[in-house]
Amino acid sequence: MSINYLDTLLQSMANRLQHRFRSYPPEDTLMIGIHTGGVWVAERLHTLLRLPKPLGQLNIAFYRDDFTRIGLHPHVTPSTLPINIENRHIILVDDVLHTGRTIRAAFNEIFDYGRPASITLAVLIERNGRELPIQPDIVGCSLCVESNKHIKLCGPNPLHLEVRTTDE
Amino acid sequence: MNSIQLDPQGRLKHFLGIEGLRRSLLLEILDTATSFLSVEAQVVKKVPLLRGKTIVNLFFEPSTRTRTTFELAAKRLSADVLNFNISTSSTSKGETLLDMLHNLEAMNCDLFIVRHEAGGAAHFMAQHVAPHISIINAGDGRHEHPTQAMLDMYTIRQYKGDFTPLKVAIVGDVLHSRVARSDIHALTTLGVAEVRVVGPTTLIPKGIETLGVKVFHRLKEGLKAVDVIIMLRLQRERMDSALIPSAHEYFQYYGLTEAALTVAHPQAIVMHPGPINRGVEIDSPVANGNRSVILAQVSNGIAVRMAVMAMTLGAIMEKKETHV
Repeated sequence: MSINYLDTLLQSMANRLQHRFRSYPPEDTLMIGIHTGGVWVAERLHTLLRLPKPLGQLNIAFYRDDFTRIGLHPHVTPSTLPINIENRHIILVDDVLHTGRTIRAAFNEIFDYGRPASITLAVLIERNGRELPIQPDIVGCSLCVESNKHIKLCGPNPLHLEVRTTDE
Repeated sequence: MNSIQLDPQGRLKHFLGIEGLRRSLLLEILDTATSFLSVEAQVVKKVPLLRGKTIVNLFFEPSTRTRTTFELAAKRLSADVLNFNISTSSTSKGETLLDMLHNLEAMNCDLFIVRHEAGGAAHFMAQHVAPHISIINAGDGRHEHPTQAMLDMYTIRQYKGDFTPLKVAIVGDVLHSRVARSDIHALTTLGVAEVRVVGPTTLIPKGIETLGVKVFHRLKEGLKAVDVIIMLRLQRERMDSALIPSAHEYFQYYGLTEAALTVAHPQAIVMHPGPINRGVEIDSPVANGNRSVILAQVSNGIAVRMAVMAMTLGAIMEKKETHV
């Protein structure tokens, strides 16, 4: 996928977010990217939307449901939420929505910081293979790939997508 | 001695001592601790990482601070915590340890935090424990206190950044101090420029130079141009003979006062593992002063202990999974 195509997807997501949040005061909105690919996508959207509040970053490593299988990742970038999330409208951004388990973990972590007014889920790529009933609100594009394919966003400069085959 | 600490992939399975651990592993503990600091910023100061795990504080020696910070760290990781405070006075140590161990194993516990007056107690337990259980040493005799050393290293890195240019002085009762031993191993492994031990000849172990430290018997010489001062508590409860004339006289020669601090680097930080004896090893204005980072050490202790618990239990669980 070319860089220009990704830019088009990001602009389209930004347009739809702008439309969706047109009636919300911008200062009540907080965008949060999920580490690492989601942060890259969120940085682009944050710039395109000129949001007044700084971008938050979420690292869901301590909320994963597979710690008992894969242990602790040795280098976990801490989560940073720049403002109190209580009663804010959260735009949660990730690069690829696959099983839904990352988003489940992110919800749990967000609620440990407070009670947001709402959460809107924006993903660059939505693919098949959901294991939990989680659906995005804003999507860059939807892809249907074989179950042994892994879609990965590489970056941050430039951003590009890679499709890898996993040993399932 | 400490190879038992690592699993075949070189990850931390038990945390018994700093001696013999590689630099990259010590840095990994510090980095992991940094990532746990964000938990403090949450309204709910908890992450579900060790939910369903049972952690046992097994303290054969009295402790308030260390046991509390271990308990808090375990609870912030959502583990269940049991506290046992056991006196060793009436039974033989070997029997007590093994009996206790097998009883707790039968209760399906996952991690034991052990403090014992006998050096090597945690290592002994690690040798006899079932393979799915981890041991963390919370202080064994005069031997090691590795989590205290790592929170000291964390605090030094927090205030000073790079370890390599630093001159560090460890001052006081080095003879009875497991903190000093663990700190020396950690500082030399992390590559500081110079480690000094400062104290009266009766409180400096003979041959300590072999650990790569310089020995000073005069406080002002030992503190000259140092960046970090680690004060040690005078452990009078461990002294079975008169090693110092009196606490008052000790303070005259080795107590850290504002006057003694003037020879250190102007930005030098003052540390102490606690509990502090004001007017014995440290003067109140220094303990409360702007160079003191003693309370930062306590806060950092929680994140460092969370890191060590998550790393040891993470390594074990991964191992179990590969065997399924």
